[in-house]
Amino acid sequence: MNNKFCTYETAWCPGCGNFAIIDCLKTALTELGKKPSEVLVAAGIGQAAKTPQYINANAFCGLHGRSLPAAAAAKIANEDLTVIVNTGDGDSYGEGGNHFLHNIRRNIDITHFVHDNQIYGLTKGQASPTSMLGIVTGVQVDGNFNEPLNPVLLAIAAGAGFVARTFSGRKEHLTKIMKAAINYKGYALVDILQPCVSFNKINTFGWYNKRVYELPSDYDSSNKTTAITTAMEFGDKIPIGILYNKEKPVYHRKNRVLSDGIPLLDKPTSQSVVQELLQNYI
Amino acid sequence: MYNLLIGGAAGQGVDTTAAILEKSFKASGYNVFSVKDFMSRVRGGHNFSLIRFGTTEIVSHSTIIDGIIALDDDTVRLHKDRLKASGFILCDIKLQTTDKRAIKINMTQMAKEIGNPRVAGSILVGAILKLFDESLAHIEKVLKTSVKINYLPMNNAAVKAGYNAVKKHFSHINGNYAGHMLISGTEAVAMGAVAAGLKFYSAYPMSPSTGIMEALAAKSNKAEIVVEQAEDEIAAVNMAIGASYAGACSMTGTSGGGFSLMVEALGLSGIAEIPLVVIDVQRPGPATGLPTRTEQSDLLFVKSASQGEFPRMVIALRNAQDAFYQTMRAFDIAERYQMPVILLSDQYLGDALSTVELFDPQRIKPAKPLFSYTGKNEYLRYAYTKSGISPRLIPGKSDQVVIIDSDEHDEQGHITESAEVRTQMVNKRMKKLTGLYHELIEPDFIGNNDFSILLLGWGSIWGPLKEAVDLLNQNTSKKYAALIFGDIYPLPTKLLKEKANQADSIINVEQNATGQLAKLIREETSITIDNSILKYDGRQLSGEEIARQIMGRDVL
Repeated sequence: MNNKFCTYETAWCPGCGNFAIIDCLKTALTELGKKPSEVLVAAGIGQAAKTPQYINANAFCGLHGRSLPAAAAAKIANEDLTVIVNTGDGDSYGEGGNHFLHNIRRNIDITHFVHDNQIYGLTKGQASPTSMLGIVTGVQVDGNFNEPLNPVLLAIAAGAGFVARTFSGRKEHLTKIMKAAINYKGYALVDILQPCVSFNKINTFGWYNKRVYELPSDYDSSNKTTAITTAMEFGDKIPIGILYNKEKPVYHRKNRVLSDGIPLLDKPTSQSVVQELLQNYI
Repeated sequence: MYNLLIGGAAGQGVDTTAAILEKSFKASGYNVFSVKDFMSRVRGGHNFSLIRFGTTEIVSHSTIIDGIIALDDDTVRLHKDRLKASGFILCDIKLQTTDKRAIKINMTQMAKEIGNPRVAGSILVGAILKLFDESLAHIEKVLKTSVKINYLPMNNAAVKAGYNAVKKHFSHINGNYAGHMLISGTEAVAMGAVAAGLKFYSAYPMSPSTGIMEALAAKSNKAEIVVEQAEDEIAAVNMAIGASYAGACSMTGTSGGGFSLMVEALGLSGIAEIPLVVIDVQRPGPATGLPTRTEQSDLLFVKSASQGEFPRMVIALRNAQDAFYQTMRAFDIAERYQMPVILLSDQYLGDALSTVELFDPQRIKPAKPLFSYTGKNEYLRYAYTKSGISPRLIPGKSDQVVIIDSDEHDEQGHITESAEVRTQMVNKRMKKLTGLYHELIEPDFIGNNDFSILLLGWGSIWGPLKEAVDLLNQNTSKKYAALIFGDIYPLPTKLLKEKANQADSIINVEQNATGQLAKLIREETSITIDNSILKYDGRQLSGEEIARQIMGRDVL
């Protein structure tokens, strides 16, 4: 079923949450009827950011923390592309924190899957912006004493129209959320909890599995106040599902040049316009 | 040739008055060249514009003044020593100056009679037109470009009142430049980008580069360009690269501080082979430096910025024509060689207005990437080729996928640590320079073919250096010439070696403290420079000043 998007040998550790995430991504894309050539998977740097290496689709493997601006601009250039960013908590919320905030404001129709294992994997186990208080690492030798960021709460507060949380251990749920996020018209954030088998010995598969619970079917995801309260729940119980979902005007319809729906790269500048603009200087 | 200075505090209307006069003089046939000197503040302080106009080509400002419009006492105090004996100071009666050259008019009273104190600028325009023996034939048309329609009758009346308040001081000379363009370096860069087919410009505001973003935004709806104000320069450059990858002709612009933030992404453009045009409009650094002033001190920085080794090109813009044509060419080179092309401008060039022939956008036809795929085999983004250049396919336009990577990668674009592939990929990228060397443009040679003294410069020093060479050849016994670099990295060396051989003495003239061009030349050619004229106070060298420094005295 995932053949179109192919299977590759990876450099991930056995048991890594990334396997489930990439598997579900391929399933989601296939079920949505996407062709590899119309999908762009962008990433920064990190273990999660290796995702585009292992999927048959257009791939933009850019700089650490900088995948959002590149992906957003690729979407501006060609809105026919389905643009997905797969990258980690360090890349998205640390190095790329400023871009995270401002792409919420832009509301470009891209999907942001954050593989959130609450640790730096590629650099071998330092605290990430979502690491819990007290976690001891090679750098945080006396335990992490900086408050963890709550990315879903932050995204809702900053005005994101689609914010979800899911868990790599619940593949059906993960696929369902991925499809909803890709279908959402606008910037969609999905914070995907995942274990790091090598460097995070606290937030393990079992730790997450014991705590996550699916939002009830009567949960009102269009209510921002409810969403904020629910997003704040992260402890003995961790809600997973679409925390907030509200239609908002997207960048391409707000921008006058793009509002007609013709991809920007298909709008060559006419010579008569150039001539007319030059005449203004005479 | 005349030289007029308009000075006042920020917020007093120096810019608006200067803009109307520049357009009026050009409309009456003059070649106009003007520069701005302003402080980094919105109100107060001292700002001035110098408007030079005549009936031959003008390429440099001059500090010898024929007329001063003084909006405040400071203007008179700061500039009267450089006013010729035959010159005038036009000002309101409330200014304190007792200078014999002062022509005082009661602007407050006149504006009151017309009914609005804000028409004072138009009164001055009228007075200036009379002092320089101009007719009022063009003023209505010019005013329409700067004044809202409701205020037009009032401003026309103010111009007439000013015109009638003074007597002719200088004589009109007939020139043939009415049909030329009057354009700043900033606007010429923006127009070059539009003509090249720019579709996406992302930037973060930073003086003196912001004007490019504003100029493009003003044209964005008509030319169908997306102008995105990014959250920082890192986002700006990564956006430009992302849009370029996806097939939109893209550019970013900044000044040195912002360029510093863009450095890592330059390497991304280099290794991922994604076309990128970046303009650095230089200002004096380091750090915040002098935000609104001029310097040429980023050359050695931009030519080696970013870790690792990858091909790039640096083009220094010399004048408004260069700003247009070299910007167009930068897009062509970036696309054909799939690498970053850095344009170097500065505050002087960006803000200077000059009179130029109508640009011909057909002269350069920038290359385009592939929007369809006809190959039989799977598309390889980084296929090895003889030239090192792999055909660049746009994603989403065929059934192929396009994979780019900031990691070292194989032909397909996938990450690799193979020693063999690494070496082949570095060789592939660096090979692109072989092609580029063949199309480098040699520096402009200006002056006497039988020269014994050779001056060297780059970028915006072109105009002042050209005027200096003319002044020296006309007024001294020795023979002078200059080489002024536009293409500067890789450095074209053919003409340089030839002319350096002929020279008894070589002098580099640069707006920096360390002689960056001289260092680059020594590094690339082993040619050593005998003397330097270096200025780094944030103010541009004029032709007269360069000549004076060479001779150790005034040459005029």
